[in-house]
Amino acid sequence: MTTAVEAATAKKTGAPAAKDEVTQIALKWKNKSGSLIMALHDLQGRFGYVPREAAMKLGQAMDVPLARIYEVITFYNYFKLEAPGKYIISVCTGTACHIKGSAELLAGLEKDLKISEGQSTPDKEYHLQGVRCLGCCGLAPLASVNGKVYGKLKTDESTKLIERIQEDKPMVGGHEESAA
Amino acid sequence: MKPEELDVKAAAEQAKQQAFEVRLNCCSSTGCHSSGSNEIIAGLKAEIKARQLEGKISVGGTGCMGLCSKGPLVRLTSKSKQEILFSDVKPEMAATLVEKAAVPILNGAKAEEIGGELKGHKLDLDAPFFKMQERVVLSNNGHADPEKLEEYIANGGYQGLRKAMTMSAEAICKELLDSGLRGRGGAGFPTGLKWDLARKVEGDVKYIICNGDEGDPGAFMDRSVLEGDPHAVIEGMLIAARAMNSTHGIFYIRAEYPLAVERVEKALRQARAAGLAGKNILESGWNFDFEIRLGAGAFVCGEETALIASIEGKRGTPRPRPPFPTVKGLWDKPSCVNNVETLANVPRILSRGSQWFASMGTEKSKGTKVFALTGKIRNNGLVEVPMGITLRQIVETIGGGTGTDRKIKAIQTGGPSGGMIPETQFDTPVSYEHLQQMGSMMGSGGMIVIDDHDSVVELVRFYLDFCVDESCGKCAPCRIGGKQMLRLLDKIVEGKGTEEDLKVLRRVAQAMQKASLCALGQTAPNPVLSALKHFEPEFKSRLAVPQKA
Repeated sequence: MTTAVEAATAKKTGAPAAKDEVTQIALKWKNKSGSLIMALHDLQGRFGYVPREAAMKLGQAMDVPLARIYEVITFYNYFKLEAPGKYIISVCTGTACHIKGSAELLAGLEKDLKISEGQSTPDKEYHLQGVRCLGCCGLAPLASVNGKVYGKLKTDESTKLIERIQEDKPMVGGHEESAA
Repeated sequence: MKPEELDVKAAAEQAKQQAFEVRLNCCSSTGCHSSGSNEIIAGLKAEIKARQLEGKISVGGTGCMGLCSKGPLVRLTSKSKQEILFSDVKPEMAATLVEKAAVPILNGAKAEEIGGELKGHKLDLDAPFFKMQERVVLSNNGHADPEKLEEYIANGGYQGLRKAMTMSAEAICKELLDSGLRGRGGAGFPTGLKWDLARKVEGDVKYIICNGDEGDPGAFMDRSVLEGDPHAVIEGMLIAARAMNSTHGIFYIRAEYPLAVERVEKALRQARAAGLAGKNILESGWNFDFEIRLGAGAFVCGEETALIASIEGKRGTPRPRPPFPTVKGLWDKPSCVNNVETLANVPRILSRGSQWFASMGTEKSKGTKVFALTGKIRNNGLVEVPMGITLRQIVETIGGGTGTDRKIKAIQTGGPSGGMIPETQFDTPVSYEHLQQMGSMMGSGGMIVIDDHDSVVELVRFYLDFCVDESCGKCAPCRIGGKQMLRLLDKIVEGKGTEEDLKVLRRVAQAMQKASLCALGQTAPNPVLSALKHFEPEFKSRLAVPQKA
């Protein structure tokens, strides 16, 4: 039986998963003190989220109890427990964007995609999330999609943004921001 | 490399730069980067190559030049002392920039003669936005390529370290103390004093930690410094290490800033290869190396004890101080946590002297401060100004006002931990003390301008919502107090609040300030209290039975 981890890997690389990929990440960090968060970054960078099987495997290989791993994953906004959609739309909710109407933009996207913030569309095409300040305040309001920044948006242009995403097809599996 | 080789390298790079008649530098920080600065640089290079002008016109990236809302920005400088800053540059304009600007300047034209289709893209460099700034921390931004060590060295880089290596640890601490530099992360603790405390603690292992967890929403000073001048921060940490006999350096950077992480990684590789970090630094036999750790999206990790917990791979919860990290920090070893901007000031202080630094600013707040000016303001972006300048000068003169027909109502400094300052008090000078007196704080440097159409009550609610979400939950005053205040504010925003609610709101805020464990909880009520102080009528007008003040 293929585990979610292997399936996710296979999907990304198009090849069967190297069995010890998680183990490799674990070995890279095992001997560096306090490196659990770095290992989790690597894991999420690989799979797009932290699959439970991967967390279990990581725990075994790094000799860290699973409870400790979940304690950390659930504390930090950055880590995801579920596989996100193909296009991760991160609407910046920092103060500068808030003042310039990011809430309206987010609401428009929720309406267009028929999902709430923090959810993925049923076809797993889009994942919508509000995120902490991305530090591009000069371009407020803005959204980043798989790491590509769309700045100086108009608050009523959610539909146009989705069209632009379909046109650009920003790199899948690029940088993701922490969910607010 | 030997210390003297720094001069040789600098001279060589200066000569190389002077061989070019015209230099084009495109901003390569996140804002402009996301608007296509890489494509612009590639386009410029291709056009220059096609015209066989590679020996005469140079092209490079550079750090944030400040006016992010008008990016991408391209700076043209020439041997003939012409300078032009182009705004809103698009990749497809690259050929035009070369043909209509760089080539004419190369052939002797003056900056003011450049026009035509580029006219609308020329920024007025005599405008107050540029003239009133005093660039120390951002001095390399716009002038040097952050990805090139030689350019940092050509601008005097690593000379501060060179000097520090001839001084005793005590003397370095004294130099910092004399300069009057205070922590730029917000609290304003004298840096020299912090270092001296760390120096006096005995220990085989000591850590110097760079706090690059810029969590304040609406602020991007540290991001711009890490992206625009990573070597300055590395050099600052090396000097700090000499001042307290530290053995390990750690960068803690937000994972949301991938470009900053990439630039620091690259700069570290360059510094190691050049013998400026790692083993046998400046051939002195001294070894000191760095590690990078990523944050994972937790505002509280900007607090030093929470940050240390996070580096240890744990949940980022703070712990009571004392013992202070300088005594017992990372892995229970003495540790000194300094903010990015603080560290970037250090090399400049060492090479130019404490007296020079202390000549800027007010009696108790020395030097300059970088602010991220955002919100309802015409000139959105990053500014560096001498301490002591008034808020009005920043907002109205440098920032250019709202840029609309609306009036400025207030400014929020210090982010979610700061306070709201009404327009009537804009003549106050910017210093740690003055801002505190007004119920706000310096904070890390976010400045959010709101106009008369924005609701203070709703902005306060926004900040509180942020702090409640980011509270780590360890101590009751913050965990429960924040939630209760938010509930009351919700009620007021919905128009169901009572006079009694305002009283309770105040009381909870004060209790939370006094009883919370760390700075997050202690300062989260600041926006509420400062808004109640300056804008009470606005709260009262939204009660179920509206009242006049």
